[in-house]
Amino acid sequence: MISEIEYSGLAAINGPLVFVERVGNVGFGELVEIRNSSGQLRLGQVVEIDEERAIVQVFEGTTGLSLEGIRTVFLGKSLEMPVSREMLGRIFDGLGRPIDGAPNVTSDRMMDINGLPINPYSREYPRDFIQTGISAIDGMNTLIRGQKLPVFSGSGMPHNTIAAQIARQAKILTAEEEFTVVFAAMGVKFDVASFFIESFEKSGALENSAIFLSLADAPSIERLITPRAALTLAEFLAFTEGMHVLVILTDMTNYCESLRELSSSRGEIPSRKGYPGYLYSDLASIYERAGRIKGIPGSITQIPILTMPSDDISHPIPDLTGYITEGQIVLERELFNKSIYPPIAGLPSLSRLMKDGIGEGRTRRDHAGVAAQLFACYARVKRIRALASIVGEEELAPLDREYLKFGRVFETEFLSQGPDEDRPIGTTLDIGWRVLSMLPETELYRISREDIGKYYIPSMGD
Amino acid sequence: MEPIRGTVISVNGPIVKARGLAGVSMLDIAEVGPERLIGEVIKLDGGIAVIQVYEDDTGLRPGDEVVSSGRPLSVELGPGLISNIYDGIQRPLVDIAKLLGSYIRKGVKVSPLDVGKKWRFTPLAKPGDAIGEGGIIGEVRETDSVLHRIMAPPGISGAVEFIADEGDYTIEDTLYRIRGSAEYIGRLSAFWPVRKKRPFRSRKKSGIPLVTGQRIIDTFFPVAKGGTAVIPGGFGTGKTMTQHALAKWCDADIIIHIGCGERGNEMTDVLNEFPKLVDPRTGRPLMERTVMIANTSNMPVPAREVSIYTGITIAEYYRDMGFHVAVMADSTSRWAEALRELSSRLGDMPAEEGFPSYLATRLAEFYERAGYVETLSGMDGSITTIGAVSPPGGDFSEPVTQHTTRFVRCFWALDKALADARHYPSISWIDSYTEYIDEVRPWWNALDESWHATRSGAMNILLEDNRLQQIVKLVGPDALPVSERLVLFSAEMIKNGFLQQNSFDPKDMHCGPEKQLMLLKIIVEFYDEARKLLSSGVDLKSIVSMKAASELIRLKSEIGDGETGLIERYRQEMRVEFGSLREMKAGKT
Repeated sequence: MISEIEYSGLAAINGPLVFVERVGNVGFGELVEIRNSSGQLRLGQVVEIDEERAIVQVFEGTTGLSLEGIRTVFLGKSLEMPVSREMLGRIFDGLGRPIDGAPNVTSDRMMDINGLPINPYSREYPRDFIQTGISAIDGMNTLIRGQKLPVFSGSGMPHNTIAAQIARQAKILTAEEEFTVVFAAMGVKFDVASFFIESFEKSGALENSAIFLSLADAPSIERLITPRAALTLAEFLAFTEGMHVLVILTDMTNYCESLRELSSSRGEIPSRKGYPGYLYSDLASIYERAGRIKGIPGSITQIPILTMPSDDISHPIPDLTGYITEGQIVLERELFNKSIYPPIAGLPSLSRLMKDGIGEGRTRRDHAGVAAQLFACYARVKRIRALASIVGEEELAPLDREYLKFGRVFETEFLSQGPDEDRPIGTTLDIGWRVLSMLPETELYRISREDIGKYYIPSMGD
Repeated sequence: MEPIRGTVISVNGPIVKARGLAGVSMLDIAEVGPERLIGEVIKLDGGIAVIQVYEDDTGLRPGDEVVSSGRPLSVELGPGLISNIYDGIQRPLVDIAKLLGSYIRKGVKVSPLDVGKKWRFTPLAKPGDAIGEGGIIGEVRETDSVLHRIMAPPGISGAVEFIADEGDYTIEDTLYRIRGSAEYIGRLSAFWPVRKKRPFRSRKKSGIPLVTGQRIIDTFFPVAKGGTAVIPGGFGTGKTMTQHALAKWCDADIIIHIGCGERGNEMTDVLNEFPKLVDPRTGRPLMERTVMIANTSNMPVPAREVSIYTGITIAEYYRDMGFHVAVMADSTSRWAEALRELSSRLGDMPAEEGFPSYLATRLAEFYERAGYVETLSGMDGSITTIGAVSPPGGDFSEPVTQHTTRFVRCFWALDKALADARHYPSISWIDSYTEYIDEVRPWWNALDESWHATRSGAMNILLEDNRLQQIVKLVGPDALPVSERLVLFSAEMIKNGFLQQNSFDPKDMHCGPEKQLMLLKIIVEFYDEARKLLSSGVDLKSIVSMKAASELIRLKSEIGDGETGLIERYRQEMRVEFGSLREMKAGKT
C-alpha cells in the first residue's frame, strides 16, 4: 500500500487542470483528492506526470480553488466505483455517488471505471431481435441485443420520447426477459432528466433501473466520467450477473464538448472544429463497451443519443459516432415538421446487425424482403418528389403518381404511431404489406414471389 | 547482448520519456515499468529517450525502470501464422482469451506461435549445399491450402552444415545450421523487424489481375496482382462489406486482414464466417488462407499504428515463399489518426488538419511494400494492398484520402447515394478509376478478344446515362427522345443486372471472369440491337417490354459460375425475340 502523502498548495490552475509541484511516487492516471481550506472535497485524475510536477484534471471543476490552502492526496489507484445489484432503483450523480438521499452503496466489488477492452475473439456475434414496438425501428432498422445503435437528432426533436419508449417497450420475443435500464444524462436540463425518471416510474421500470445524472449545471469535466460510471455498472450487471442491460446515454454532444474543453485547456493541437484528434478513440472507448461475450448470458445494448449541431450529419460528433456504432437512427426535421412521430428518416437510418437477426425463426420470413422493398420504394418516392417540385405533380407519369400516394401513406400509416403504441413485429410487417400493396405487384422486385403470393393484397391499389 | 536500463522521467498518455538508456537506438524495443509494458523508442534527444508504449500505462510513475534489449520491434515468422488472430503487436488473441478470459489485460506476454505444436518438416537441402539468402531449406504443410517453405533468412547464406531429417519438430527445435561468414542456427521460425521491408531480387510487371469475383471491380476497375488500391467511403457506404467480399473471394493464395481501429463485432463476424465459407479454388475453408490482425478501436492507440506494419511484414514473408498475398487494411484513416495522436503528444508541428507533415511519407512507404517481385530464391510472388479510407463527413478532399491517391493506382470510390438505395457494392462507376487496364488487358484478351470493346461499350452507356440524369432531374425522363430513353433503360439494366451484386445470394456473391464477360456482352448486345431497331422505327415500348429485358437482370443470380453455357441459350432466345420484332415491323410497312 502506498503511504498517502498530503501536498499543500498548487503551482497553477488552468481551466479544469491544476498543477501540483514537487510530487513523488505518483502514477499516470492516478486518482487525486483535493480539499480546499474549508474542507470541501473534489476528485481529480493525473493526466500528465514528470519528475517535478503532476497535472491533475479536476472532475468537479476548479471554481473556488486558489493556489494556497489546498491539500492534495494521491490515492495510488485509478478511479474505481463500488458495484452491486443494490444499485438498481437508485439515482447517482455524474461520478456515481448517490443523490437520492438513501445510504451509500456498500459493496466489496470495486471496478475501474475505464473498463478493459473485450478481446475480439471472446465476443459473441449479436443476433437476437429486440422488439421495440416502433415500426420504423423493428421493420426497417432492427435493434439487436448487444448492438450499439445511436439516435442522431436535432434540437427540439423528440429523441427523448423515442428513447423512453424504447426503454419501456423493449423485449425479446423468444424469452420474456425484462431489460434492466442504465440511464446516463450528461449536461442535459433537469426537466429532461425528470421526464425520463417519470417515464420509468410510470411504467414501473424505475426499480429495475439505475440513473446517473450530470445535469447542465454540474461541472463539465464530470461528464467525462458519467458514461463510464454508467457502463461500469452495466458491465457488472451484464457480464457478472448475467442480466440484459439497455444503456441510454444522452446527450453525447455535451460529452464531446467537455472533452474539447479539457483538450484545449491542455494546449493540445486540435483537429476538426477544435475537437481533439483522439475524439474517435475516446468515443470508441465508450461505444465498444456494448456487446455480448461468449459463454456469458448477459448483454449490453447501447442507445446513445446525440443532437447534431444545426442538423449536420457530417459534423465530427455524428460522423465519428457513425464510424464506430453499428448503424444509426436518424431523425428528420422534414418529417418532424409534418408532425409525424417518430420522425425516423427512411434512407440515412441503418442497422448493420439487422441482416443476421431477422427472418424465419427470428421474426418472419418476409421481413428482409419487406424492409429492402420499403427502402427502395421510399428512395424512389424521394426522387419523384424532387421532380414533382419542378414539373408539378400533374405532369408525372401515372406510376409515379402512385408512388407519391404510397409515400404519403407510408409516412402516415407505417412510420407514424403513438408514443405509447406498442406494435408487435407481425403488425409492423402487416402494415408494411398494406402500404406496399398500393403499388403494382411488378414493382416489388426485392421480395420473393412466394411471399408476394402469401401477403400481397391485390385490391389495395384501387 | 546485455540489457540497457534506464528510468522513467515523465508520462503523458502513451508517450513516456526515460533517462539513462545509453546506447539504445531508434525503434528499439523498451519494456517499461514493473509490468514490463512493450514500447518502442521513437525519439532520442541528448540523454532522454522518448518511448511510445503499446499498452495502457495507467499507474506508471517517474522513477520506474525501463529495460531495452537493443532489438527492434519484430514479428515472429513461421508455421502457425495462418488461421491465427493477432493484436497489433502480434499477440495471439485466442491464447490470450484462454489465459486471461474475455478481456485484454496489460503486460501479458504470450508467444505469437504455438511453441508446443509439432510440424512435419521435409528437408529440401542437404549437408554441403550452398544456400543463398532466402534459399529454400525445407517445407512444412501448414494448412491444406498452404505449403509453408522454410527459408534461410535474408542476410544469411553459406554452406549447409547440418539439416534435420524429415520428422516432427516444434518451432524451437534446431533444424539446420549454415556456415557463412558466421554460423547461423536455423529453426522453423525467425524474427524480422516490422518497420523494415524484406528484400527481394527485383520488381516485375505483373500483367495478371487480382480476380475478386466482384463484377464492378474485375471488369471496370481491375487491380493487378502486386498492385495497390484504395476504398474511400463515408460511414454506412459499405467499406467493410466490400473489404470482406474481397477477402472472401479474391484469388490470392494468402489473405492478411488488418482490422485497424474498427469495430469489435466486425472482427467477430469474420471469425464466425470464414471458417464456414469455402474457397472456391481449393475447396477448403477460407480461414485456412487467412491471417487476421485485430486492433479494434478500443484497444491501445499506438498498437493500432504498428498493426499495419505487422500485417505487411507477415505478407512479405509469405510473398517470399512465392505466394500471391492480398493485404486488406481497414481502415488506414484510423492508422493515420493514431499517427496524429502520437505526433501531437510529441509536440510535432502539425500540417493539414493536425496530421503530422510526415503522413504522406509514411503512406508512401506502406503502399510501396506492395508489388510483384522475383523473390530472393527466384520465385514469383506478390503483395496486393487494398486500403480502406474513412474520410470525415465523406469528404474526399481530406488529407488521408488525398495523400493516399498519390501512391495508389486504383481508386474505388464509394457513393453514399448508392448505399442509401441499398445498391451494393456501392462503388461509383463515375468517380472510380484504375491505371491497370493496359497491364491486365492481355490476360483478359486471352480469355476473350472482345473484352476491351465490351467494357468500353458498357462504360459509354453508363457515362451517357450520367449526363442524361442531369437533364432528367430537371424535366423528367419522358421529355427525352426515345434513343436517349433507351440509354437510360440500358444503363439501368447494367446497374441492376451487372454492377449490383448480392453478397448473400449463393450464386451471385462470387462471379468468375467468364460469367462477368458473358453477362456484360449480352447486355451490350441488347443495347446495340435495340438501338438498330429503334432507328428502323420500332417503338421503345415493345423493346422495353421484351421478355429478354426482364430476364437479363436476373441472370446474375440464376446462373452459377459453372453454368455459363446457359447464358448462350438466353442470347439465342433474345436474338429470336429481336428477329420477330424486326419482322413485325417489316410486315407492317
